[in-house]
Amino acid sequence: MTYLMQAAHILMNTLREIFDEAAYARFLERTHMASSRSAYAAFWRERENNAPKPRCC
Amino acid sequence: MLDGMNRPLSILVWGAVSLVAAGATAVVAVHRSEPINALWLVAAATCCYALGYRFYSKFIAAKILAVDALRATPAERLENGRDFLVTNKWVVFGHHFAAIAGPGPLVGPVLAAQFGYLPGTLWVLAGAVFAGCVQDFVILLFSVRRDGKSLTEMAKEETGAVGGIVAYAAVIAILIILLAVVALVVVNALKDSPWGTFTIAMTIPIALLMGIYLRRIRPGKVLEVSVLGFLLVLLAIWGGQWISLHPGPAHVFTLSASTLAISIIIYAFAASVVPVWLLLAPRDYLSTFVKLGTIGLLGIGIVAIHPTLHMPAFTRFVDGTGPVFAGKIFPFAFITIACGAISGFHSLISSGTTPKLIARETQTRLVGYGAMLAESAVAVMAIIAACVLQPGIYFAINSPAGIVGQTAVAATTTISNWGFPVTAADMQALAHAVGEQTLFNRTGGAPAFAVGMAHIFSQTLGGGTVMALWYHFAVMFEALFILTILDAGTRVARFMIQDALGHIYKPLGRTSWYPSIILTSALIVAAWGFFLWQGVKDPLGGINSLWPLFGIANQLLATVAMCVATTIIIKMHRAKYAAVTLVPLVWLVATTFTASWHKIFDLNPRVGFLTQAGFLASAPATSATARLIFNNRLDAAVTGLLLMMVTVVLIESVRQWLGVISGRKEARVQETPFVMTRLSEERA
Repeated sequence: MTYLMQAAHILMNTLREIFDEAAYARFLERTHMASSRSAYAAFWRERENNAPKPRCC
Repeated sequence: MLDGMNRPLSILVWGAVSLVAAGATAVVAVHRSEPINALWLVAAATCCYALGYRFYSKFIAAKILAVDALRATPAERLENGRDFLVTNKWVVFGHHFAAIAGPGPLVGPVLAAQFGYLPGTLWVLAGAVFAGCVQDFVILLFSVRRDGKSLTEMAKEETGAVGGIVAYAAVIAILIILLAVVALVVVNALKDSPWGTFTIAMTIPIALLMGIYLRRIRPGKVLEVSVLGFLLVLLAIWGGQWISLHPGPAHVFTLSASTLAISIIIYAFAASVVPVWLLLAPRDYLSTFVKLGTIGLLGIGIVAIHPTLHMPAFTRFVDGTGPVFAGKIFPFAFITIACGAISGFHSLISSGTTPKLIARETQTRLVGYGAMLAESAVAVMAIIAACVLQPGIYFAINSPAGIVGQTAVAATTTISNWGFPVTAADMQALAHAVGEQTLFNRTGGAPAFAVGMAHIFSQTLGGGTVMALWYHFAVMFEALFILTILDAGTRVARFMIQDALGHIYKPLGRTSWYPSIILTSALIVAAWGFFLWQGVKDPLGGINSLWPLFGIANQLLATVAMCVATTIIIKMHRAKYAAVTLVPLVWLVATTFTASWHKIFDLNPRVGFLTQAGFLASAPATSATARLIFNNRLDAAVTGLLLMMVTVVLIESVRQWLGVISGRKEARVQETPFVMTRLSEERA
């Protein structure tokens, strides 16, 4: 059961990382902001000018 | 886990795995008399991958790379909460796999199935274990040791400035050809298909809605909105059926290849210039959500119904006369299947985001080698999906009209005469079952894969009555992440061009300056759009010329990556083990250089670009002749240019190797100095 819980936890963390939820949480922590429209807009302003993650063929 | 077991038990377990690997591979390789069950391929692949990971990757990690768990990685030393971040190894594995898994391991094996199931299967297994996984693993580790530097930066530092510039140009070239060929795959899957076109068209407003939902309604709740987006896509698939059954709406969404190509070009330009949060990011989330789920479902489906492969081990087309693409089994099978065996593009991911997330050097083995094994497993699934089809049906779907004939009767007669019986009635029944008007001449691999996948899914869930829904689900799944590649690839190429132009005129290098964004996006879209248009107008279906060109470009990039890897290994005083990267490098050089030679100079007009141009010049001229002649000459020039660029990198690398081995040159690797890790075990 512990292994299953651990696996589910890792899976959720993986999905959160892939789907940028974890990145947004880190952004909020780093900038000491609470989640809001303006915080999310600021998060994307920061990411907008970085090269996007390449997706392979 | 097996690493930790006691020695006799370990020998027993790995001995059994080796026996199953040898037995299953032997059955796959020598079985001829009757159709083979797909589970033999699954067993051979699973055991070969397990052995490769347990023994070969461990050998590379210990003897060559000397991975060091005590050496701090850039994720630890430079951690900033943005690019550099200590991350759980399984999370990095998932992240890396999601980035490397694209349509390549699905489409390439389907196209190469024209040679039979065996060549593709053996190449995927051996290529992944001995080449593709090795490339991804060593490039990832070398990038980790260089603060997450990119392949082009490493090429510049380790093989010289010329190598760096050439690698940079090669990356741009491969991106352009890649984007053209994947766009062509989508065009061929959606042409004259109102159901498919409607479903894919709907993913644009769905992605926009997701973007607005994330921005305005529930900021940052990506998983939640991805589930919502997925449900809307399922609704769009269902709605597509309604559209296809009603003449008025069906007419609106029945588009020719040319119209689709123009639409995709306009879409990609728009996607490249609008803010990332509005379209690119939500589509990426949606496509990743669908991709991971569908790949998992397909794996379960194959094991659950363990279908029989109807394609023979070898077909008559190993002689180079294949209708899907022309060219002999060597070298063309090995450039047609790139992703799934070895893909140069992976080296860009292994030296991109991933090295900045690795907590311990030792984890590069799981992430680099392991994720590529998972991608190779996807390629095996694609081979199975293509080979469960009756060969006659496979060839009817994948052959261009220019080869098999314009009418259903002509096509089925030609294919039946090849020894693969199929009737026009069979094809009509199949088209009806999947909700299409016709499945003839659907070149590109995606429709054949979708039919195979629908066959497997419908047997697992829902039966024949829902085959049409599964088929369009499969088409949507492929088209969705191909369009994501178009979005992201165009943007990546745009950033690279802006970076270069910034050295000439500074404002052009600013990625937020709109004139520069529009100019560079237009340049990139025009470049791949040109090749897409060429493919759409090609009487041989486009795939015949563009897929080999893409395969050559991708494998030449792998050649560059292996040159860099071999150079570093030699500089690390591990020359006696250099064969680990040198042998795949020699193989890559042999296949890509031979394939390039054939594509430029072969006397068969279906293979050689220049011969085809000469053939067209001597035939009665039509309105399209001049353009086709120009296109063939351009393709020959592009192939030659790629070949020359990689030759330069190769020569530069060999000079470095000889210099270091003979002692004339100092063996100095450009690694970041050793710093002891301070990460706790729990955090790593």
